Amino acid sequence: MKRFIATRILLSIVTLLILSILVFVASQVLPGNVARNILGPLADQASVDELNSQLGTDRSLVVQYWDWVTGLLTGDMGTSAIQQRSVFDIIGDSVVNSAKLALLAFLIVVPLAILGGVYAALKEGTLRDRTISLGGLSATAVPDFVWAVLLIVIFPLGLGIFKPTATAPPGSNVFEQVYYLILPAICLVFVLFGYIARMARAGTLEALDADYTRTAIIKGLPQRTVVRQHVLRNSLLPTIAVVATQIGYMIGGLVVIELIFNYNGLGKALFEAAQRKDIPVLQTGVLLVGVVYLVATLAADILYSVLNPRVRLGSES
Amino acid sequence: MTASTSDLPGADPILAGAVRPDTTSTEERAAQRERLRLLLRSKVFVVGALIVLVWVVCAIFGNAIAPNDPFATDPLKDLTSPNGTYPFGTDRVGRDVLSRVIVGARDILIVAPIATILATVFGTALGLVTGYFRGAVDNMLSRFIDAFLALPTVIIGLLAIVSLGPSRWTVILVIALVFAPIIARTVRAAVLQEREMEYVSAAQLRNERTTYILFAEILPNVMGPVMVEFTVRLGYAIFTVATLSFLGFGIQPPAPDWGLQVFEHYGLISGGYWWPVLFPALAIATLVIGVNMMADGIAKAFER
Amino acid sequence: MTQELATSAPVSTANALELEDLEVEYKVRGAWKKVLRGVSLSIAPGESYGLVGESGCGKSTAAFAALNYLPRNGRVSSGSIHVAGKDLLAMSDADVRTLRSTQVSMVYQNPTSALNPTIHIGDQVAEVFTLQGVGGSEAQDRAKAMLQKVQISDPTGVMGRYPHQLSGGMNQRVVIAMALAKDPTLLMLDEPTTGLDATVEAEVLDLVAALRQEFGTSVLFISHNLDVILRMCDKVGVLYAGRVVEQGTVDEVFHNPRHPYTVGLLRCIPRAGARKDQGRLDTIPGFLPGLGETLPGCVFADRCALVQDVCRTDEPPLYDVGAGHISRCHFHEQAQDLPRNTSPVAVTEERPAESSDRVPVISTRNVRKTFHQDGHEVRAVEDITFTLAPGETLGLVGESGSGKTTLARLLLGLTTPDEGSVVELDGVPVAGAIGKRDREQVRSLQIVFQNPDAALNRRFSIKRIIGRALTMLMGTRGEQLDTRLRDLTHSVRFDVRLIRAKPTQLSGGLKQRVAIARAFAGDPKIVVCDEPTSALDVSVQAAILNLLAELQVKNDTAYLFISHDLGVVRYLSDRIAVLYLGRLMELGAAETVFGPPQHPYTEALLSAVPHVDGDERPRIKLTGEIPSHADPPSGCVFHTRCPRYIGDICKTEEPELKEVEPGHFWRCHYDVDELRTLQQSAPETRPEIGVSGGQRGAEPPV
Repeated sequence: MKRFIATRILLSIVTLLILSILVFVASQVLPGNVARNILGPLADQASVDELNSQLGTDRSLVVQYWDWVTGLLTGDMGTSAIQQRSVFDIIGDSVVNSAKLALLAFLIVVPLAILGGVYAALKEGTLRDRTISLGGLSATAVPDFVWAVLLIVIFPLGLGIFKPTATAPPGSNVFEQVYYLILPAICLVFVLFGYIARMARAGTLEALDADYTRTAIIKGLPQRTVVRQHVLRNSLLPTIAVVATQIGYMIGGLVVIELIFNYNGLGKALFEAAQRKDIPVLQTGVLLVGVVYLVATLAADILYSVLNPRVRLGSES
Repeated sequence: MTASTSDLPGADPILAGAVRPDTTSTEERAAQRERLRLLLRSKVFVVGALIVLVWVVCAIFGNAIAPNDPFATDPLKDLTSPNGTYPFGTDRVGRDVLSRVIVGARDILIVAPIATILATVFGTALGLVTGYFRGAVDNMLSRFIDAFLALPTVIIGLLAIVSLGPSRWTVILVIALVFAPIIARTVRAAVLQEREMEYVSAAQLRNERTTYILFAEILPNVMGPVMVEFTVRLGYAIFTVATLSFLGFGIQPPAPDWGLQVFEHYGLISGGYWWPVLFPALAIATLVIGVNMMADGIAKAFER
Repeated sequence: MTQELATSAPVSTANALELEDLEVEYKVRGAWKKVLRGVSLSIAPGESYGLVGESGCGKSTAAFAALNYLPRNGRVSSGSIHVAGKDLLAMSDADVRTLRSTQVSMVYQNPTSALNPTIHIGDQVAEVFTLQGVGGSEAQDRAKAMLQKVQISDPTGVMGRYPHQLSGGMNQRVVIAMALAKDPTLLMLDEPTTGLDATVEAEVLDLVAALRQEFGTSVLFISHNLDVILRMCDKVGVLYAGRVVEQGTVDEVFHNPRHPYTVGLLRCIPRAGARKDQGRLDTIPGFLPGLGETLPGCVFADRCALVQDVCRTDEPPLYDVGAGHISRCHFHEQAQDLPRNTSPVAVTEERPAESSDRVPVISTRNVRKTFHQDGHEVRAVEDITFTLAPGETLGLVGESGSGKTTLARLLLGLTTPDEGSVVELDGVPVAGAIGKRDREQVRSLQIVFQNPDAALNRRFSIKRIIGRALTMLMGTRGEQLDTRLRDLTHSVRFDVRLIRAKPTQLSGGLKQRVAIARAFAGDPKIVVCDEPTSALDVSVQAAILNLLAELQVKNDTAYLFISHDLGVVRYLSDRIAVLYLGRLMELGAAETVFGPPQHPYTEALLSAVPHVDGDERPRIKLTGEIPSHADPPSGCVFHTRCPRYIGDICKTEEPELKEVEPGHFWRCHYDVDELRTLQQSAPETRPEIGVSGGQRGAEPPV
């Protein structure tokens, strides 16, 4: 298994390297002249050149890429020319905010979706199964900003509860913060519920159909024992991987949700950076999103291999 | 007493011990009919199809159906709440929200399918090649795919907006780029199974070219997953088009695109002006749910 | 034997299983289809009852019904099921669970998937005891004792393992341990050894027989394999289309069959000693009636050579033909005079000169293949050297993992052999990879795969499958193509009217005919047959073997014939090669290899196979598992399991492949005469069974 984990880590590093090149190309090479983009088409050539040399964007691309990557590795993320702040400051605050929101959403959705999926599988074909499955599917399919609109119309506007903005006043305690964050978190829950529940349901159905489940039933075990001991052990393993990949999808959702609820998180920071063509913030932030995703899937893979004896112990025969 | 051998049913050595002559080629057509019947009997599919049909009609005949000119502004009637003349109210420059919602179906129903078709074609080709060759080609491409999939679509959209600028084509490109690797993964998994089948060896044993093996032998056998993947991705494509429009990256004003309408007005919700936001949002929700219900029905019919 | 067992069984007068007029239906596309049509059978305490029949006749359904475990679309529509005297159909769910946990057990095919992949073996066995209220550590102790009972040598070690870490045979022992742990009244075994190697199968069957004695358990043994039933059971029921058509003691039914179906079934099997040049195998014409078809008369009427009008209208009653032997045939007295479906005349024509005089059509020298796996070198095939004459069949036998299929793929060029390997076609060396061979070379070497479902592209019509082969290999096009297609389908006895069908619409036997037609499209000199009949029922197998024998004579084709079924291999082969761990252990004429002196591995392999003929030679047991290719034993690779292990020389020195008699090679330190003496001392009484019209060649004693 050590070999498996080592290979997996190595592959992740290679993927990260490719990702960094992709991000660099997309944000720095394709848009063209950086200073011209900042100063606009009316600025004279001399000031454009001067700004480029100030920013270092007149150097060769390879050198720029190298500087960026080595900077990141040594903890130097550079400075945003537009905001006149260090990238670390801009991103650092927003990451903490985003993490709070994401954590809240995850704490709600993971147990709920797994429970829902397993329950639907056990009641396969019944109205309850169809309600959960179709409900989950619809919740997932509808874009998050649409949920946000609906929730805002219903709760703060209609019923006068919860807040249409997610930012709690400074100095709020945890409960107040949660109160403010509850609507955006629910939007994320809606979007994630379907994926995770569907996977949990499929995994459970597969395990229910497996020969070993038949063995357990024919042994004379009560149904509850069959499900707990024999079915769930196997059916929830693949769900782990899905939960991890959802972290990636969730960051996509954050951009939209943070924008609509006016919450100062990473998503909003990246959106604003893209709008203002604030390249240093954008490329570092985007890379960070990729890193989070890669680390999450790597962790899931390792966890899966630890929990699954077929991977952990390999085959001896 | 003993019947002579020639009188026996099936004594003809041609049919000795192995034939079921009652299975004719009509059976396959029957299976297809059966699939269609299952599809039409599935309430989920039919309801989904009806919803989608309504929006398709709006997309095609929108200008004729819409009660007002979706582009006509009227500064005197801005943000009128829903009433008899304007069932959905008017937006911030006094345009009729109902008409804009009806005509707004067009953009999304053009952009999303084009993007999905592109993604399906590229993804399928990519999946066939990586699944069949494995080895170095597969490893290389898989790393690229992994790198791509590490970023959420919206983030790739952010990068694209910087590098390519906002336009319909940017949206199509982003969706095609993001979905192609996802489709490729599904197809690759199916191809990995198919290539182990002995009909592939049999083809090699008559000196077939690799392109023939890939596209004539294997492709027809993975069309099931490709079809399912296409319908599922179409749902996500609509989701993504709406989201990118909402972020202001895609279709540009004054187009009556749904996501764009939400983008232009969501800041006004807290002020109580919910209608220019809610109705386009509901339009998106119904279309997406309709497509997904259809996809669900199709996936179930193909599973059998 | 039955009486002996009855005394050791728990005092119970009730039959372990009693099915009375049992009808089971499945709902298919909204309509109920009959699967069992009034099955009645009873299993006395301590008795072993075998249920035989071809696939789709309802064997497994009967067993699952006895556990009240039918699929969701199944139901018992009439009749009754009594287990240990209790009416199963009148029980509450809780009572059924109690019955399952105390009285009935079941063991089925694919042991590895029958065990939970994420739970330790020990816990899975202990669960049976926990269910009976036995506490933690005692349950573990009892589980360990149970594993010891199924002759697992390291029970403590095995307890802490997972199913994927054990071999199939080992897992089947665990499943048997689990089944017997509750000391059940009735043990049902559904094809328990199908898919296992013959050597492993023999061990598992021995184990079941021994434990049955010890536990006094009644057994319902389901198998398509008549030999296995003969060996394991006291009584047998022959199931056809959901009805028991004949029943009686094993001896009576197999040696004095009174139903045409049983007679036909017995004639389909190539008996030990039967050979292609002595006669064709008989086959059963027609096919099994469809699921739920209405059959007013005898279920077998459509395929029966003795059929009369009465058979189609009147359901035959149960005729008692003596000694508890019953037959459901109006003409049971003539059953054994059933006319043959195929002519018994041998297909051999004048064999062209002695095969050894002709230029070999294929010859190999030092063919080897090393796979690289996780940094290990795996020697899948090691130094294989042999030749094959035109029109000759070389049978390739060995346990799974012995390298049979890899060797075939190496010859075909589907896998590229290591440097230094030489494959010559007609004396000309060919490239290792198929892509580098010319059309002539490609078409002269073809293959028939084991599984026609995978070997035929399911999206193509039969016409396209065969036509494409003709076009690519022979350049046949246009009108000529249609003619050739017709000839080819005719030569494999495939009805040309079905040529537009897709493979999924055809039966297994027909599909295999298509695959054979495709292999012969390029007029090949050599055809590799890789287990071509192992996915088929015996009656269909016979037809395919006949066809292969016929095509060989007609086209002077050489066969490399791979099979795990030694009866089949012997029927078709002129010479036989025995493989073990990728090495050639023995090579010689079929009769030579099948009789002493033989390599100890061959000896063990042959003795593992039960025969309907009632071969009662003391069996040579192979102990231990097949070693890993990645880490083969030192010296002679077989020394770890060899029944005739000599001493250190076997451990340290790998024997050369040497010619011990003219044309007979083996890889063993033993001297040929010494081994001959040792092997001939074994008793050789082999009673013949009498089925008139069946295969009864004058075979040399094995």
